[in-house]
Amino acid sequence: MQEMLRVEDLSVSVGNRQVLKGVNFSMNYGEVHTLLGPNGAGKTSFIMTLMGFPKYKVDRGKIYFKGEDITQKDLYERAKLGMGISFQRPPTVRGVTLRKFIEIISDGADKDEIMNAAERLNLSEHLDRNLNEGFSGGEMKRSELLQLMVQRPDMVLIDEPESGVDLENIALVGEAVNTLLGREDKVKDPKRGAMIITHTGYILDYVNADKGYIIIDGVLVCGGNPRDILSEIKKHGYRRCAVCR
Amino acid sequence: MSISKTYLSDIRERAERAKEKRAGLGPDIDLSRYSQHIERGRIENLESLSRQAKEAAVMAGIDVTEEVRSGSYLQVDHSVVYERLNRIYEGKLEIMSTTDALTKYDWLEDYYWRAVPVDQDKYTAQAELNMTHGYFIRVFPYQKPEYPVQACLLVAESYVSQNVHNIIIVEEGAELQVITGCTLAKRDAEGIHLGISEFFIKKGGKLFFTMIHNWAENFHVRPRTWAIIEEDGVFISNYVLLKPVKSIQAFPVAYLKGDRASAKFNTVVYGLKDSYIDLGSRIILEGENTRGESVARTIAADESVIYARGDLIAKTKGYCLAHLDCRGIVFSQNAKIYAIPQLISEGALKAELSHEASIGPIAEEQVEYLMSRGIPKDDAVSVITSGFLSLDIPYLPEVIDRNIKEVIKATSREVM
Repeated sequence: MQEMLRVEDLSVSVGNRQVLKGVNFSMNYGEVHTLLGPNGAGKTSFIMTLMGFPKYKVDRGKIYFKGEDITQKDLYERAKLGMGISFQRPPTVRGVTLRKFIEIISDGADKDEIMNAAERLNLSEHLDRNLNEGFSGGEMKRSELLQLMVQRPDMVLIDEPESGVDLENIALVGEAVNTLLGREDKVKDPKRGAMIITHTGYILDYVNADKGYIIIDGVLVCGGNPRDILSEIKKHGYRRCAVCR
Repeated sequence: MSISKTYLSDIRERAERAKEKRAGLGPDIDLSRYSQHIERGRIENLESLSRQAKEAAVMAGIDVTEEVRSGSYLQVDHSVVYERLNRIYEGKLEIMSTTDALTKYDWLEDYYWRAVPVDQDKYTAQAELNMTHGYFIRVFPYQKPEYPVQACLLVAESYVSQNVHNIIIVEEGAELQVITGCTLAKRDAEGIHLGISEFFIKKGGKLFFTMIHNWAENFHVRPRTWAIIEEDGVFISNYVLLKPVKSIQAFPVAYLKGDRASAKFNTVVYGLKDSYIDLGSRIILEGENTRGESVARTIAADESVIYARGDLIAKTKGYCLAHLDCRGIVFSQNAKIYAIPQLISEGALKAELSHEASIGPIAEEQVEYLMSRGIPKDDAVSVITSGFLSLDIPYLPEVIDRNIKEVIKATSREVM
């Protein structure tokens, strides 16, 4: 399988604080990887760095996406290359409705298709509301996924898709992630991949992941079968991982 | 029969006494500079305006085809050059110059200078002592014309003081939309526009009033507006200023006299070059269960200075509810915004008055969010700025909506 993303010896700081230390990582096209770790471990920092948010300064190392060195590329350039991100807590943008935003991102995509997607995600009544204003946790997640469905990135970075989502809507979120990855009806789109940050692992009931990682204090300490890793964390917490590295 | 001479004489006397009285706000203007008098002939239709005048009128929200307008009024400098009522509204709506209305209706004495005090300052005094028309619009009881009335007050020469007195009467149960464009056909003209506007909204009546101001760097503007709203009446006022101006100072008042009356002010201001802009709104809640809202969005760019004021004054012994929402963005190190909200309760024990005022830059977080969706940075800033200025203003002409977006796009690039 062909490699889509490679990270070499990546060290990143935010202000004076180092948030990632010597991270090495790779992902092939079509794979889904999960990332676990205690609060403040560097999970969000990792995906924000991959996406190119300016606050995250690369002190050392490289990021390659589709064979291209993107370490110095900005947010917009990475999005155009095929990266996308679903925020845990996206900002509110007053004066811009969800509908308007979708239209801007869609760049000529079929309007009916977009509206159908909004309906499937129970967002038809949110379309004419200000982007993310007053949205519940679940509504925000679904709004993020709707935007990504329109944007159609080849690699999706998803930050805690289950947080703030009630049990009824987790299934909806899970389905949406599968649609995003071209995994409906169990037919995999060989191109699309994802990195999913999860605390609870509920998303794994809906999305088949290929590999799981644990990050602690900015260091990627181990990787393996995602369900085994989750099981380990549920039994023993992160104590053994911290020692294991 | 015209208005009584006694009343007019009394008004005149008060104006004379106030002709040197400085206004409480805004720079003082030497009115003697603007003494040129220009008379112009009538035109057959709005399409026959000169290219420059037509362009200016269109950019101020005027539909020169009049296809979706119930009536039109156009004044250029000191002359009424066009007025027309769509025939299907005869007996339901009337439009004429205020001068003609004062001659025709003696009962106008109950309205003329009954809202705005003629001796408020030298500008109101000048508007009386040297009045140059203005429009009179009245919608008859329970009539609701489908299309807006449009009025255009155009200045086409330099050293002119255009002193208009506008009166709008919405009779009981009636509804009216008015679009007023005040603008210049000559971009470098020096002069002043003094606009007295008195609006009377009777029981159950509704007035949706949109004013577009397009001035230029050498022009002064001093509007004085009062709206008196009776029981169950509604007043919605939209104001847009996107072009430079030498100075403008206005503080329109909505007086919610009757129970359950309501008013809303929407203001969109983009300060450019070295404009001096002092704008605000005042809502006086006197009736019970009255409601008011004032929403302002201001952007100060270049070397502009903006005073964004808002007053809510509760006088009722019953319940009332009002809110001020004033937000500004400063786009340049040489620009300034002063946000000055004021809440006053005069023994109004049950009044709920609130405000939110903020001045802050475009949130980087929002720009980055849009960029992560594949939107280039300057477009992201444009979208956010456009959203910031978007107040979902009802009945805003499309040309103005487009104009807002174009100005934002052009200025956002400079901000980048």
